[in-house]
Amino acid sequence: MSQIGPVLVDGVIYSAWLFIAAVGLTLVYGVMKILNVTHGSFYALGAYAGASLTGAWLARGYPPMLSYAVLLGGALLVTLVFAPAIERGLLRFMYAKDEVVILLVTYALFLILEDTIKLIWGVNPYFVAEPYALLGSFEVGGLRYPTYNLILVGLALALSAGLAWVLHSTRVGKLLLAVIHDPEMSRALGVNVDRFYLVTFTLGSLLAALGGSFTAPTVSVVPGLGVDVIVLSFAVVVIGGLGSLPGAALGAVIVGLVRSVSVHYLPQVELFVIYSVMALVLAFRPRGLFGLAEPRKI
Amino acid sequence: MKPDRTSLLLGAILAAVVLGGLALPQWTLFILTVAFAQGLVVLGLMLLQRAGLVSFGQALFYCIGAYTAGGLGRAFGTGDLFVQMAAGAAAAALVALMLGFLLARYRGIFFGLLSLALSMIFYGLIVKSEALGSTDGMNLVKSTLFGVRPDAGWVRYAMAVAAACVALGAALLTHRYLRTPLGRLGPAIKDNEIRVEYMGASVRYAIHVNYVIAATLAGAGGALAATTVGHIDPEMAYWTTSGEFVFIAILSGAGSVVAPFFGALVFGAIHTIAYDLSPNTWQMSMGAALLLAIVFLPDGLWSLFLRRKAA
Repeated sequence: MSQIGPVLVDGVIYSAWLFIAAVGLTLVYGVMKILNVTHGSFYALGAYAGASLTGAWLARGYPPMLSYAVLLGGALLVTLVFAPAIERGLLRFMYAKDEVVILLVTYALFLILEDTIKLIWGVNPYFVAEPYALLGSFEVGGLRYPTYNLILVGLALALSAGLAWVLHSTRVGKLLLAVIHDPEMSRALGVNVDRFYLVTFTLGSLLAALGGSFTAPTVSVVPGLGVDVIVLSFAVVVIGGLGSLPGAALGAVIVGLVRSVSVHYLPQVELFVIYSVMALVLAFRPRGLFGLAEPRKI
Repeated sequence: MKPDRTSLLLGAILAAVVLGGLALPQWTLFILTVAFAQGLVVLGLMLLQRAGLVSFGQALFYCIGAYTAGGLGRAFGTGDLFVQMAAGAAAAALVALMLGFLLARYRGIFFGLLSLALSMIFYGLIVKSEALGSTDGMNLVKSTLFGVRPDAGWVRYAMAVAAACVALGAALLTHRYLRTPLGRLGPAIKDNEIRVEYMGASVRYAIHVNYVIAATLAGAGGALAATTVGHIDPEMAYWTTSGEFVFIAILSGAGSVVAPFFGALVFGAIHTIAYDLSPNTWQMSMGAALLLAIVFLPDGLWSLFLRRKAA
């Protein structure tokens, strides 16, 4: 039997990772009503960019402490290359279509991006463990944890605070809330809804890419990396309520803790438990824990 | 009863498989059999699609069918295609009957997400169960037809013909079902659920029935695919497998019960050719094909035939 300390620490670290990986998905759904499968592709793009750029950075002998900035820059770079092009070039022509059809469009894009990644980076794995090992480690209940994990937790907290601040305390955020509430009315009142969609999609994808690039030092970056992340982030945002930021945080904490408990006590049921929570939430609160009710279609 | 155009078309396809199969090379027979298996699953998706529902978890029943077939071989040494398909279909139907009470209440994206969650639960279960070979899956015993093992040179042909008989028979039954009052409710539910209720029909019941039929077809398809490929693994329940089925359903269109099989064959052809030309970018070709289908053929490949007929 493990102790409660490591279970909690693992749970918090995993929750933080889940939040970073999933929050962009809920943002994009909340504003644009798109369940974005390419979210996983951006995660993978971020991971590849982070790993390859950091690897190059360290190989040149530049200061290793700045490799965290390189991870950030890598995520930003791939997002700016791909996200605006996808939104302007393709998605904006699809907004009139059904939610499920747009989902399939993003699925098609996901298939295309999977191979784009292979074309750019090849099929061999990338390892960049330096940023992970650089900060040393700390100990909880006899188990050692790399301090790097605290960066993830800090990043998650900073992101949630930042998003909440932008959304509720700035002019842009309030305009965005108006767009979420009623895009047509906002457009009529002179809000540039198209620009909000572009920025939201880019920001959502950037968050996914950040999740990928900051995970890259902890894993070996291989093709197919984003596939698991897609369905896992679906679970997180569905549990919290599609389109709800506090919901994504709650979903991440629930899934994180549930996974940590099951990994420590009964590892066989790990995936089973995560998706059972998702199914249970859908069964009793289909719009998620923080989701808003929608009137029945007539 | 006078056979209609669709029934005649199904008969013609069967004849074409029986006769044409003699001339086709082995590998095309394999692709054809797999297309029949996938076509069965997509036929079920088409039923749901007509009612405006898209399941992102149909791989659940596909995988249940496959593992039932595999389990039969392991427990009783049975490799008979017909027994496997019947058992796979029955197992899937039973599970769908129970899950249907829950799922029939859901629409739109939530129906898709809940079915996705259910299939991922099953994936999580079999991926960790060592008795079923966890991530490695297991091999199936050699398949037989009515207890007889065809000669090595003929086994692909015999399997393809048997698969054609079952799949086209299922298509014929589905075609009949679509002409019953219950079968005709699908598009009405998609158009306006509340009016259907005012008419006195139960939407939930109709969706439940369609869901069970879809699962039965998927279970049979899974068993067929399992015994054709000879190996099963948990990937069959993973969301990417469900995604492929939805892909084929979009590609085919809901115009006719023949469409899913045509779509599955085209899918198999694109897959094979793309993989052959460039093994590292076949997914890109598939994605591009899906995009083109969504943009230019929103009603699927089948609409090509309909348009030509109208002109």
